[in-house]
Amino acid sequence: MMTDHRAALGPDEMLAVDGVTVRLGGREVLHDVRFSIRPGEFVGLIGSNGAGKTTLLRVILGLLAPAAGQVSTGPGGIGYVPQKIALDPDIPLRARDLVGLGLDGNRLGLPLPSRSRRARVDEMLSAVDAAHLAGARVGHLSGGEQQRILIAHALVSRPGLLLLDEPLANLDIASEQEVVALLAGIAREQHISVLISAHDMNPLLPVMDRIVYLAGGRAASGPTDEVVRTDVLSDLYGQHVDVIHVHGRVLVVAGRGDGLGLPAEPAAPLAG
Amino acid sequence: MSGVLAPVIEPGFFTSAPVHLALLIGGVVAVVSGVVGMFTVMRGQSYAGHALADLSVTGGSGSVLIGISPLWGFAGVSVAAAGIMDLIGVQRPRGRDLATGIVRGAGLGLAALLLYWDTTHTSATGTTITILFGSMFTIDASVIPVVIAFSLAAVIIVIALYRPLLLSSVSSDLAVVRGVRPRAAGTACLIAIALATSLSALTIGAILSTALLVGPAAAALRLTSRPGLVLAWSALIGLAATWLGILLAYDSYYWPPAGHGWPVSFFVVVLILVFYLLAQARPGSGRRPAPAEGQPGCSPDS
Repeated sequence: MMTDHRAALGPDEMLAVDGVTVRLGGREVLHDVRFSIRPGEFVGLIGSNGAGKTTLLRVILGLLAPAAGQVSTGPGGIGYVPQKIALDPDIPLRARDLVGLGLDGNRLGLPLPSRSRRARVDEMLSAVDAAHLAGARVGHLSGGEQQRILIAHALVSRPGLLLLDEPLANLDIASEQEVVALLAGIAREQHISVLISAHDMNPLLPVMDRIVYLAGGRAASGPTDEVVRTDVLSDLYGQHVDVIHVHGRVLVVAGRGDGLGLPAEPAAPLAG
Repeated sequence: MSGVLAPVIEPGFFTSAPVHLALLIGGVVAVVSGVVGMFTVMRGQSYAGHALADLSVTGGSGSVLIGISPLWGFAGVSVAAAGIMDLIGVQRPRGRDLATGIVRGAGLGLAALLLYWDTTHTSATGTTITILFGSMFTIDASVIPVVIAFSLAAVIIVIALYRPLLLSSVSSDLAVVRGVRPRAAGTACLIAIALATSLSALTIGAILSTALLVGPAAAALRLTSRPGLVLAWSALIGLAATWLGILLAYDSYYWPPAGHGWPVSFFVVVLILVFYLLAQARPGSGRRPAPAEGQPGCSPDS
């Protein structure tokens, strides 16, 4: 399932996406997307709704086969935090059980009590500030709390690369900043590469090493200030857009100056 | 009604051979249903369980026609139906109810014909009642090895797949990323559900069998959040309902109208309902509502 051609990886790369093209239902969702991530790098995958962020993450995870191109990942496996999933209150699972399943959820038989397994789960719960939630049923936790447990689930097996799909969606501003700071801290301390998708780049600006910007099925990547520029993004969108800096925030607006989306996506504001 | 135990346990209860057999087979089946039931409820497959139970009527009534134990028919048809429902999409929540409903309707139609033949072409009396509502006190001891074999198969499947099934209940994407094949695990689980419903069809009847599958598990889910303890509670509640039900049915021989015992299945199902209500009413089972953003139905793409 997982494409893993180490040979294709550069000497200092944790993930290489090489010319990935995806067609879904006859429509080309991604076209020749290429970028790479180095170990320990914190990268934002930015694009408006429908830009193909989830599709790209699913290709990287091996959940979706691309029509062309290939994905190479480094050692250590991939941790994944999906977009707002439904944690059913009827599933008898405590936070610590869900984190434990991140360690050995594929094994057969009942989990045997193990001191090292328990210690690892406790350590991860503390790392996401959720030690106090260990015994709570996951379906009864708030959205932000579930988010943190899912991050611990993804990280407990010590992956080299962590993918997060819109982890900031549906969070209030305070929890948004909390989750970003938490992720940046974990990435730095455990030297994990992070690829995090978001429709708004602003919460990630303080911690992002580089950006992958998706629009019109194509991607531009590089240091944030080299990508989030009027000329680069206008080329990507295939029409004139303005990059505006307001009070430390970055806004990307369509050339019409109305601040709304492109004609193709009339209801959605542009990313950024 | 002056003694303490005499009115509760009628004389002869512990020496009757049919009671021994009922306690043994009923007990084994209750434990299997409780264990498999946890996964049925957790995976939201109660309706699939109902359909498999209804379909086992078809197999049970067919077995009577050709003169073999209804258990073979119950299991054969519900395992086959599980395979068909799996093929036509019982795994996808959207396709699930439709696929289940279509297979269930067709099977019950056939059952109507077979039950009609049972009552008109064979000398077996009360076949319809036995198939639909069970017959704990008239089970033939020769089915014990089959009951044990089916029980082991069902329990081994869900215990082996315990962690993969838990993880795919949370999210099939998370399961795939962890190296689980949710589709294969789901198919195996459905077969375990089919085996469990056919076993309980033998004891409390095809129509009522999902009560034993779903009720104890649903009550256990209210009692604890630890998955291992849910398994234990679910099995225990099923066992208690079955054994108490057998005791009450035995006692009811002396209840009005005297000389005609009440059906065991009635007591078992009522006791399961009582246990479920007790679990619901238990102080501290008040649950925080699920957060609104945790609801299903999000689009697959961002």
